[in-house]
Amino acid sequence: MDMMVSRWIDVGALEDIPRRGARVVKTPAGCIAVFRTEADEVFALDDRCPHKGGPLSQGIVHGRSVTCPLHNWVIDLATGQAKAPDEGRVATVPLRSEGGRLLLDLARMASRAA
Amino acid sequence: MSATHQYHGSGRSGPERLVVIGNGMAAGRMVEELVTKSPGLYDITIFGAEPRVNYDRIMLSPVLSGEKEYDEIIIHDDAWYTTHGVTLLKGRMVTAIDRTAKKLTCEDGFELDYDKLLIATGSSPFVIPVPGAELPEVLTYRDQGDVEKMLTAAAKGGSAVVIGGGLLGLEAAAGLRARGMEVTVLHLMPTLMERQLDPSAGYLLERAVEARDIRVITRANTHEIVAKDGHVSAVRLDDGREIPADLVVMAAGIRPNAWLAKEAGLAVNRGVLVDDGMATDDPDIFAIGECVEHRGVCYGLVAPLYEMAKVLARRLMGDAEAAYNGMAISTKLKVTGIDLFSAGDFAEGEGREEIVLRDPARNVYRRLILEDNRIVGIVLYGDTGDSAWFFQLLKDGSDIAELRDTLIFGPAYAGGSPLDPTAAVAALPDEAEICGCNGVCKGTIVAAISEGGHNSLDAVRAHTKASGSCGTCTGLVEQLLELTLGDGYERDAVQPICGCSELGHDEVRRLIVAQELKSLPAVMQELGWKTSCGCAKCRPALNYYLLATWPGEYEDDYQSRFINERVHANIQKDGTYSVVPRMWGGLTSPDELRAIADVADKFNIPTVKVTGGQRIDLLGVKKEDLPAVWADLNAAGMVSGHAYGKSLRTVKTCVGTDWCRFGTQDSTGLGVELEKFLWGSWTPHKVKLAVSGCPRNCAEATCKDFGVICVDSGYELHFAGAAGMHVKGTEVLCTVASEEEVLEYCGALIQLYREQARYLERIYKWAARVGVDTVREQVVEDHDKRKRLYARFVFSQKFSQSDPWAERVQGRDAHEFKPLAQVSLEDVA
Ligand code: SRM
Ligand SMILES: Cc1cc2nc3c(=O)[nH]c(=O)nc-3n(C[C@H](O)[C@H](O)[C@H](O)COP(=O)(O)OP(=O)(O)OC[C@H]3O[C@@H](n4cnc5c(N)ncnc54)[C@H](O)[C@@H]3O)c2cc1C
Ligand code: SF4
Ligand code: FES
Repeated sequence: MDMMVSRWIDVGALEDIPRRGARVVKTPAGCIAVFRTEADEVFALDDRCPHKGGPLSQGIVHGRSVTCPLHNWVIDLATGQAKAPDEGRVATVPLRSEGGRLLLDLARMASRAA
Repeated sequence: MSATHQYHGSGRSGPERLVVIGNGMAAGRMVEELVTKSPGLYDITIFGAEPRVNYDRIMLSPVLSGEKEYDEIIIHDDAWYTTHGVTLLKGRMVTAIDRTAKKLTCEDGFELDYDKLLIATGSSPFVIPVPGAELPEVLTYRDQGDVEKMLTAAAKGGSAVVIGGGLLGLEAAAGLRARGMEVTVLHLMPTLMERQLDPSAGYLLERAVEARDIRVITRANTHEIVAKDGHVSAVRLDDGREIPADLVVMAAGIRPNAWLAKEAGLAVNRGVLVDDGMATDDPDIFAIGECVEHRGVCYGLVAPLYEMAKVLARRLMGDAEAAYNGMAISTKLKVTGIDLFSAGDFAEGEGREEIVLRDPARNVYRRLILEDNRIVGIVLYGDTGDSAWFFQLLKDGSDIAELRDTLIFGPAYAGGSPLDPTAAVAALPDEAEICGCNGVCKGTIVAAISEGGHNSLDAVRAHTKASGSCGTCTGLVEQLLELTLGDGYERDAVQPICGCSELGHDEVRRLIVAQELKSLPAVMQELGWKTSCGCAKCRPALNYYLLATWPGEYEDDYQSRFINERVHANIQKDGTYSVVPRMWGGLTSPDELRAIADVADKFNIPTVKVTGGQRIDLLGVKKEDLPAVWADLNAAGMVSGHAYGKSLRTVKTCVGTDWCRFGTQDSTGLGVELEKFLWGSWTPHKVKLAVSGCPRNCAEATCKDFGVICVDSGYELHFAGAAGMHVKGTEVLCTVASEEEVLEYCGALIQLYREQARYLERIYKWAARVGVDTVREQVVEDHDKRKRLYARFVFSQKFSQSDPWAERVQGRDAHEFKPLAQVSLEDVA
């Protein structure tokens, strides 16, 4: 079986992302949106809405959700799940915050690109 | 003084030597536990850098304010140390630990051996490294020495600036104010104490602090402390503002004081790393207090430190099981008359729910965050009487399912049946005051309904004035209507603004003005929002209402704007953007066209299209390229066309008298003038204009939000047209004789629309709702009103006519246009 080994990569500081906002991390396997909520929680998701691929990083962040800028689907940041009545899910990316630095686990990308 | 302590030397018998570095609250508690439970077990020596005994640091604020004397906050006086055989070396700062020789060295060369060592050095205030930070009147707030210096400064009067609006900063500010100084608090974040409080509670706190005559400036970034003749004279902010100051207190945060441990080669991250038994990676060296980091957490409050002290004392007494497991902490502010409490984790989240109770009349805000039927976070403001009860439920992880309906009201209601609000109102006596603002009691309202025949909210409000001012008693008045009329009363089906509130758009707008609400947290608190941070529906609407109501005062909240308005370009279906520069009145020039062509080539822009609004659209621009594209367009004199905004879009024109054989007036010139007058203003929805040179109407002015048809005698003004999802011809407003009048009537009409319309309501919808005639009455017939509306529009334009593209070319919001990081395959390989 193919085990995935974690590969934590430092992508920047918490302060680099505005509260209730998001920034993008570009990778060869596509963009990842890194969100920061009002309460300073951080989440990372693929930057593609499950509806028609809208860039979620460009949406309005409220509570622990983001509203997609293209057709207003509301996506839960922690699970990637679209809120009812819409159905769909976007992949989440493991993210750790350590001493103000943000670390993404890009093991999946490595395996995808390999 | 001899360089060696009397016990120094080997071969010494008797108890083990325990040496403590730091005589603060954690160390004091640990030593007390040890000497009271196992007297004589260790030979204890304490080094304290401060020239005094152990005192209650958290009570420094009452000493500063004058509510207490220093003597009253002493924990262990000199006699205590003697009685318990503890050697206290005051005013002695340890500067080195030699772990091989098991020996300490002090600043003055004094040395001492240890068998077991405790590091309890607390933390150090963080001094922001701005020019002037080294001046003599710049103080920190950590110990009694600092308080003494502040008192000396305060005795001379004058102004104090406190940098940092957290717990310490606010206590320092309140103390200095109590001592008679003029005090200003500078805070970097938008709301005070943002680490402990959510924005709603932060807003209430700011009001309470200001009510004490302390000035609060949020979003204030200190640039420099200005000196005159070597003494502090002012604090200058990044935006150039200067606040006069004779004293500056830095309360911008603390850092674990771990350098000594680090130099000794102990494992240190942010703080000294310790295990659950408070041991460092050297088994003979322990650490407790603010200088440690335990399981990734550094603490800044006393409760967990006392717990650490107890655990360590038990370990030192031989209990190998004693363990510190981390703990939930709570915060209170010790400023008399301000009641706030927070604890736990108050972030929203999946599987988390919140219960919010706001009582605007009493300035009360309560928020509980629940997960799996347990309280995980608490924020209380204004009424903290129940904090202990809530905190206990949180710490115990109690299941609150049974209490849930009344939980937020506290223990008094716990487990009782939920109140029926109508029954509660029914039980009120006739004299009970319902509307506090206008002093209307229940009897008066009931009489107006049953005898006066006023059977709607509006009618009761008009007749009795109840609920006419602040509006918070609207619910009570409606309950009285229901109670009196029974089934005969149907509540006005007001469509709430969104799920976060029960109020409709109109009510929210009215209350923003009536209560002078000037920030998002203010609106949410005073109008009883049911969520803590709104949603994607209400936030953009509220942001607009505040912007339109308080020009120059309200600071736009970019994170509450739809992406197009946040980055000043239109998002496309593939995530690229379109760029539409303004072409005033539809006019362009060879130079502009050349610049557009060059930009399209340079940035590989795939599509260049003429829009339906008489200008050119560059489609498919990459987000990162936007600032560079704008820079080139700016260089050719072009600015943002706001094709993305709820704001003025285009003013279409025809060629008019300049060229056309039928033209009656300079329609092109008037169009340009109108566009230059109106551009940049934010409106409830987009606004489009057109000016046609004669009734043949080649600019299609009769299907625009505002249209002008030039005629021989002057200008026929039109409004409320549309040609999108609904096609609607315009209504005639009136005819005027001069171009100046066109601008005045147009500005007044748009201002009326800005002040009255609901967010996302086009002019034609707003006019249909309020009545085309009422619009005409206010803009045409009421001359004074028109002039006032016009003046307000002109005033608000002062703050909106700056090219957003140029601002971003200059570097504003740079983070929007750059990826956070770029990861390559090598990075993860
Ligand atoms: C670019 C353009 C089409 C074109 O290639 O010509 C256009 C493009 C869009 N229009 Fe339009 N409209 C354009 C002229 C018009 C016109 C014609 C006009 O202005 O004379 C109309 C009818 C007139 C009117 O507004 O009444 C028009 C009526 C609409 C509507 C319907 C509005 C309504 O209340 O019924 C929408 C939808 C909306 O706003 O909710 C809309 C929305 C849009 C949006 C913003 C859709 C969206 O949300 O993404 C399109 C974005 C384009 C972009 O990214 O640049 N567009 N749109 C035109 C830009 C004009 C400009 O220079 O700024
Ligand atoms: C004004 C103020 C108000 C506060 N209010 C509250 C409150 O309301 N509630 C609350 O829970 N907490 C409050 N705190 C925080 C609380 O006081 C601290 O959490 C607590 O004092 C930390 O204890 P400690 O023993 O770790 O450090 P400290 O009490 O700071 O003690 C450390 C001691 O070590 C000494 N020292 C440092 N380095 C050396 C060295 N190399 N050699 C010798 N000595 C050294 C220092 O001089 C100091 O005396 C407040 C703090 C302040 C300053
Ligand atoms: S008509 Fe429809 S498809 Fe065409 S630009 Fe307007 S909104 Fe887009
Ligand atoms: S692409 Fe996100 S809602 Fe349509």
